[in-house]
Amino acid sequence: MSETTASALPFAAVLVPVGAAVLAALTTGRWPNLRDMWATLAGIVMVVIAVLMLTDTLDGRIHRTMLLELSPGIDIALRADPAGMIFGLLVSVLWVLAGVYAVGYMRGEHEQKQTRFFTAFALSIAAAAGVALAENLLTFVLFYELLSLFTYPLVTHRETETALVAGRKYLAYTLSGGLMLIGATAWLHVLGVDATFQAGGFLDSAGLDSAKQWGLFVLLAGGVGVKAAVMPLHSWLPSAMVAPTPVSALLHAVAVVKAGVFGMVRVGVFVFGASLLDDMGAWLVLAIMSAGTLLIASILALRHDNLKRRLAYSTISHLSYIVLGVALIGPLALTGALLHIVGHGVTKITMFFVAGAIHVRTHKENVSELDGIGRQMPVTMGSFALASLSMVGIPPFILFTSKFYLGWGAVEVNQQIFLIVYLVSGLIAAGYLFPIVIRAFLRSSPDHTRYGEADVRMVAPIAVTALLALAWGVAPDLPLGFFELASTVADAAFPQSVALAGGTP
Amino acid sequence: MEQQLPAFIVGAPLLFSVIVPILGRKWRQSAFVITVATVAVSTVASALSLERVLREGTIRYYLGGWEPPVGIEWLIDEVSAFVSLVVTSVSLLVVISTRRWAEREAGDRPGVFYGLVLLLLAGLTGIVITGDLFNLFVFLEIASLAAYALVFIGGRRAMLAGFRYLIIGSIGGAFYLLGVGFIYFATGTLNMIEARQLLEEAESTRAVQVGAVFIFTGLGLKMALVPMHLWLPDAYEHAPSSVNSLIAPVMTKVAAFAMLRMFLSVFPPGYLSGTVPVADALLVLGLIGIVFGSVAAAGQTDIRRMLAYSSVSQLAFIAVGIGLGTPLALAAALLHVVNHAAMKATLFLATASVRFRVGLQRTHNLAGLGPRMPLTMGAFAVGSVAMVGIPPTAGFFSKWYMVQAGLDEGQWIVVAVVLLSSLLTAVYLFKVLEQVYLRPAKPEPSEHDGDEHSPPADSASQPVEQPAMRPVVERAREAPLDVWLPLVLLGAATVVLGVINVVIMEHVLLPGVEVS
Repeated sequence: MSETTASALPFAAVLVPVGAAVLAALTTGRWPNLRDMWATLAGIVMVVIAVLMLTDTLDGRIHRTMLLELSPGIDIALRADPAGMIFGLLVSVLWVLAGVYAVGYMRGEHEQKQTRFFTAFALSIAAAAGVALAENLLTFVLFYELLSLFTYPLVTHRETETALVAGRKYLAYTLSGGLMLIGATAWLHVLGVDATFQAGGFLDSAGLDSAKQWGLFVLLAGGVGVKAAVMPLHSWLPSAMVAPTPVSALLHAVAVVKAGVFGMVRVGVFVFGASLLDDMGAWLVLAIMSAGTLLIASILALRHDNLKRRLAYSTISHLSYIVLGVALIGPLALTGALLHIVGHGVTKITMFFVAGAIHVRTHKENVSELDGIGRQMPVTMGSFALASLSMVGIPPFILFTSKFYLGWGAVEVNQQIFLIVYLVSGLIAAGYLFPIVIRAFLRSSPDHTRYGEADVRMVAPIAVTALLALAWGVAPDLPLGFFELASTVADAAFPQSVALAGGTP
Repeated sequence: MEQQLPAFIVGAPLLFSVIVPILGRKWRQSAFVITVATVAVSTVASALSLERVLREGTIRYYLGGWEPPVGIEWLIDEVSAFVSLVVTSVSLLVVISTRRWAEREAGDRPGVFYGLVLLLLAGLTGIVITGDLFNLFVFLEIASLAAYALVFIGGRRAMLAGFRYLIIGSIGGAFYLLGVGFIYFATGTLNMIEARQLLEEAESTRAVQVGAVFIFTGLGLKMALVPMHLWLPDAYEHAPSSVNSLIAPVMTKVAAFAMLRMFLSVFPPGYLSGTVPVADALLVLGLIGIVFGSVAAAGQTDIRRMLAYSSVSQLAFIAVGIGLGTPLALAAALLHVVNHAAMKATLFLATASVRFRVGLQRTHNLAGLGPRMPLTMGAFAVGSVAMVGIPPTAGFFSKWYMVQAGLDEGQWIVVAVVLLSSLLTAVYLFKVLEQVYLRPAKPEPSEHDGDEHSPPADSASQPVEQPAMRPVVERAREAPLDVWLPLVLLGAATVVLGVINVVIMEHVLLPGVEVS
């Protein structure tokens, strides 16, 4: 079906951001313009590399780099398979935009220690790229742990007491998750199972007894569930919002949390596989936990007046959309889940960008203070309105497409109850997002301060991401082939999809 | 020449430990130079021995040409050659890096100081490569005596700590010697390989069992296995900086290696898990020690004391590996001997470098040092990350293999504790990193210590415009090249050892434990 070719490109995709980090560290604050340029430049190179691999991936030629033997019998290997390409492309495209935005934000907020910030940021991107392209579980764990480590200085960047406490919490949660994965990886190795990711899963053919399967399931799903912020493992995420907004935007709406849900895709589809999840009944555990999370988190989002915290709970909710999509074990739900990774990434990054732009201009953080802001920052808040429409799932935005597939997927496997969960959560999303837009545009400003738009380096990425959410909704294949990639993954994961669509419970 | 390589590993430091004090009286500068040259010779000899072992197999070197049972045999296999290489090369870097400390601490007798350092190294390498039970005792005491004397240099409080170290260390040595006596009575030989063969044939007699318990207790005291660790924190805290950077990474590790050697080369497999469950005792004490050491480390405010308790925890980790006893577990324990030597040397040298510049050692006083001593603190950060065990650093892999060994044996508690130990290590090390990188410098750091080392002369003699306004941390500069370069090399080694761990495991450690 697909062949692999030895190629340096997957490795280059990880190495480019490392290079940017080194250059940023060497350039230091003495030449801030040069230093800040590296990230954008590296982002563009990374996109080019990803696009070069993309056409081959779509044609079934998978680029693969074997780096070295990490443990007897296990290599560090990177592979640009369709699922990894979705995440990798998303991260690299959004990094270019976030790179531009971060410069405007950090300068606008007069943040300290910007060199450390840009270095750690680029290293985090490298780790996220590694997570995307990891070929086997150990390589995945390696980059997953590095991602926790490199994002720690970003969470604690403000160096306030709150930031330090949030940082400790962040490390405690993410390192524990990593340890669960390490335990599971070692266990698989001891059991003699080759933990190379395979569409459709490799565990089914390993012939383990049920206790071992469940043990591995708890360790693996729990390990990635921390970063996917599945309740009750979620509480690090709202705390981590003390980080500067570009971090919240790219890392805690895209790279880190999506590494978690992407890990859930890897675990669900590429380790366990549909038939095993079905036989074990593990899908139901995952489905109930994620359905609970997505409802509770939406309701909690209603209560929060702080804009970033509200967005954080919205993120928790939407991450569980994806987890639920994996748990439903059907080709349509999986397609929807993968598209939701892309759609939520581009939509939520817009919203965080907007929150940051408002903060830079007005130092306001709460929803209740945003009356009339739309008329003063029309492009910014207009983008927020577009993103809200997308988030709620109004056609033709991308999150409509993904939610449509998720809902259809629930019907396909005869779990209409989860369709209702999706719809209700969409309504609640309208409840916590539309009031912001209404306040911004329809109410009049209480004070008479006139704020203008933020720096163009912030406004331009905001507009671009909002338009991307629309454009990918209209044509999800253009220009990066997200839909085709997602359906390729779904086809490979469910070779018997026609039979399954009618059969299972 | 090549036949005599082992003699150089131990012989060179032993010989020059006598010559250096004599020359050092007349030419003070010569002491350091000769010492470095000698340690370098020992390192090269170790490296060449390792290369030869990998090529030709185990070297059995008969001292003076006398074959056992009359003579003493040195047994250089993959494992002992490699550990010897690690001990000598770490020592080489530490000796270079702490030269400025030694000048300050050794006072007007650098010759005696370096003589003792060489004596310590002779003892340590001797323990590693000897194949004779009594000879091991001799080297153990040589190393210990040198270590006591070195600790004493630290001043009044070090006297007390050193005295305690001496008493407990001597008891440990006596226990070991008694144990060897029992083995000798039971088998009639002191040669490890012969004793192994005779023990395999003989029934497990009461005498051998008692001997095993004595040996276990003696080496347990020397390697500071909980609850026999009480001497260690004081000794590490009060020893001079030039000494604890040397003792902490290698001294207890070598005692742990001796313990491993007993299980690898002397007592046949399964011998120690029957009526006298020494292996189980090691396992249980190790598990307790891992948790206890980490928790105790988290409660310390003096960074050296914190690192000392961390050592207690890491040594317990090695004990767990010995207790499990499978080839993979033993290899994991050996890998940790190596990894921990590099990691602890990095951390202690960084601490020494900080004390050299700013005279501070309380963890909460290190705030704001990160940007001012980037190389020192960078190495400290890398060493810390390796200790926590983030892949692909060295610390990850000893844990990785140990978890596998635990799973193999169905020892779930081992798996859980080993994984948990990562988090516990993160608690105390990230506490320091948080101070170093994320908190502002304290205006007036107070040490409340009564420590005799006054703030170092060179930072006090610096021209200071506003003495009361600028905190000592803000005046800090990066340590000199000869201090930071060995430190950075060691920090890099903690990553390199991780990346190349497969080579070490497959070519050195696993063959080493499987042959025996």
